[in-house]
Amino acid sequence: MLRTYSLILLAVALAAGQGHDYTQADVDAGSRLYSNNCSGCHGVDGNTMQGANLSRGTFRRATNDEELSRIIINGLPGTPMPPSAFKPEQTMQIVAFLRAFPAIRARQTSSGDAARGKAIFEGKGSCLDCHRVSGRGGRLGPDLSDIGELRRPADIEQSLIDPGAVIVPQNRVVTVTMRDGKTVRGRLLNQDTQSIQIVGPGEKPVSIVRAEIRSVTDEKSSMPSAKDKLDARELADVVSYLATLKGLQ
Amino acid sequence: MRKALLSLLLAPALLAQVRPEDLVRARQTPDNWLTYSGSYDSQRYSALNQITPGNAKNLQMRWAFQVKSLEKFEATPLVVDGRMYLTQAPNDVLALDAATGRVFWHYSYEASPKARLCCGIVNRGLAILGDTLFMGAIDGRLIAIDAYNGKPVWSTNVNGADPATGYSITMAPLVVKDKVIIGTGGGEYGIRGFIAAFDAKTGVEAWRFYTIPGPGEPGHDTWAGDSWKHGGASVWVTGSYDPDLNLTYWGIGNPGPDYNADGRAGDNLYSDSVVALDADTGKLKWHFQFTPHDVFDYDSVQIPVLADIAWQGRTRKAMLWANRNGFFYVLDRTNGEFLLGKPFEKVTWATSLDSKGRPILAPGAAPTTEGTRIYPGVQGATNWYSPSFSPRTGLFYIPTWVGYYSTFTKYDLTYEPGQRFTGGTPRSVVPGVRGVGYVNTRKEEDGSGAIRAIDPQTGERKWEFKFTDVTDSGILTTASDVLFTGSRDGSFYALDAKTGTELWRAAVGGQVVAGPMTYRVGGKQYIAIAAGSTMFAFALPD
Repeated sequence: MLRTYSLILLAVALAAGQGHDYTQADVDAGSRLYSNNCSGCHGVDGNTMQGANLSRGTFRRATNDEELSRIIINGLPGTPMPPSAFKPEQTMQIVAFLRAFPAIRARQTSSGDAARGKAIFEGKGSCLDCHRVSGRGGRLGPDLSDIGELRRPADIEQSLIDPGAVIVPQNRVVTVTMRDGKTVRGRLLNQDTQSIQIVGPGEKPVSIVRAEIRSVTDEKSSMPSAKDKLDARELADVVSYLATLKGLQ
Repeated sequence: MRKALLSLLLAPALLAQVRPEDLVRARQTPDNWLTYSGSYDSQRYSALNQITPGNAKNLQMRWAFQVKSLEKFEATPLVVDGRMYLTQAPNDVLALDAATGRVFWHYSYEASPKARLCCGIVNRGLAILGDTLFMGAIDGRLIAIDAYNGKPVWSTNVNGADPATGYSITMAPLVVKDKVIIGTGGGEYGIRGFIAAFDAKTGVEAWRFYTIPGPGEPGHDTWAGDSWKHGGASVWVTGSYDPDLNLTYWGIGNPGPDYNADGRAGDNLYSDSVVALDADTGKLKWHFQFTPHDVFDYDSVQIPVLADIAWQGRTRKAMLWANRNGFFYVLDRTNGEFLLGKPFEKVTWATSLDSKGRPILAPGAAPTTEGTRIYPGVQGATNWYSPSFSPRTGLFYIPTWVGYYSTFTKYDLTYEPGQRFTGGTPRSVVPGVRGVGYVNTRKEEDGSGAIRAIDPQTGERKWEFKFTDVTDSGILTTASDVLFTGSRDGSFYALDAKTGTELWRAAVGGQVVAGPMTYRVGGKQYIAIAAGSTMFAFALPD
């Protein structure tokens, strides 16, 4: 209950910060409209359309609510965003929800200390050996510079504890066995009917023609579980740190 | 002498006249491509045979024309005597030199900004009669355009409705005799679908067939209460025509709301059906419903493919139909009799078909608040992508989504004009074509694609050509047994129509969301295909 109440305050405060006085009822109604009309393309978390992340409360093509409303009504020609026929009140409710999106996501923020988490991430955790953040670290694993935008804290925590449990398609690691028996292992970048692209030796993107391939098999994540390495508090700290990573703003 | 010279100068222009009998005989004049599917039987099969399995490897790009639209490029062009007529989304028409791609003229129709389209601001092409082109517009208007100079001749609102209520047109019209036949889109906006015919000279309406029967009409009782008023059953892909029977055949879209059928108890005729209409009057001769009371958006907007095939010892006037619902059907097109039905892909919403072709539903196969996983997914095992039938190989070729599923949810809603009227949200790992990015890292079990060759006599698969991704491309076959098709991952292929062996491939660098076509100019056979934002024309070297 308390959590819900803080969410209301946060959402309304944030919306008010944009110069509009949205109510929680607006946000709730907007949430339903979003779920029924928008989430099919934009995803439940607002982050599934390339170049159109709706989860951060700020928008590439709209600096204010009027512009945002205009895009919702008129769509964006030349993009998959279609026009709609929402009434002004409904458009306002969707805008209210979009403005509150970051606050809604923030409700699940871990109670850890982000500064301590950063130190663990870069030190004891050795995470930079494989992961990269803002231009530092390895490229074998996914770049985490904007992981706080892309994933909810609960998902980040799950990936730290059980890295192989849920691997999103973008993070698949495959072993490619060539016709001559040689193997190449790496993160899958892309594929088509003729070829596949993976992060190859030396962290370089390489393209391999399917005609030269005998098989492609999925691998379990090579990431070690944090549960043997970090205690509960350290884990919460790392989650909190990762949740702050929002990419280049 | 002067007179003779003048008539000489005029002679090539006069060839552009397309008579009704030319449309009937389109198969016999393969230099031209006179209708959306190339001929009234919609086989998308050409008698041209210059490009063969032996020489296809030498195909070269002859020209490319880049459109300025970034919308999906779904158009099939027409070609008449060396001139190509092409649409650019949303509603531009371009006349090109079919041998070089150079532009003769450009017409741009500015559609009402109130138009509402569920799935892309697109156009699939034109029809032609005499020297007039016909285009449906996204705001529901049908426009006649002078094929010589690109000037509009007449324009009519076929829907008689405000485009803000969701009535729209994306399909290429079909000309039969002196009429232009067209349907309406808007199945996701609570419209009431119809097919209507207009006088080609004047644009005056000749007949109208509502795809949802009104009060007092047969089939009206298949809609509970007032649900018929907003039941969808749109028409957004071009129909076919049998001149001997004088019947025109059209595939009808899904009932609405798409995923919440609580308020529309009944079979919901003629949604998800094929209807056979008298081409002169629009009167219904017969219908066959593929998916009664659909809750998965299984529009039956496939192209009706007409073929006279040997059937149990005699020739039958058949209709071949690979449906979005995952079943392949053979019907008798004289009366709609069900001859054969068999899944061509994984199907979990129905267990089988009964002896009349009616599906036997699988228990629990319906959208729920929590979500139900169903094969095929919302885009179907195939969709509006043109299939092809080759009378030479006797095979029917289907662009297929393989192992593809969606999780269907439902929610309550009431009808509001111009609002989406779907009542649910299907979710799939494979994106619909509008959500496609540059990168595909999905697993095969989440869905892939293939061209499948089916023997219509048995429904058995003869061969398969697999793609890593699903496919939104149509198929063309030719009299030299070459099959052309594209892929979502940016390639265009020539396959051996008998075996499915790859003969040639071009990297076209953009997703193919259109059907290939072919024509001949100056003795040279060309293959044209839209990919990404470009129209490509391929031919053999000089």
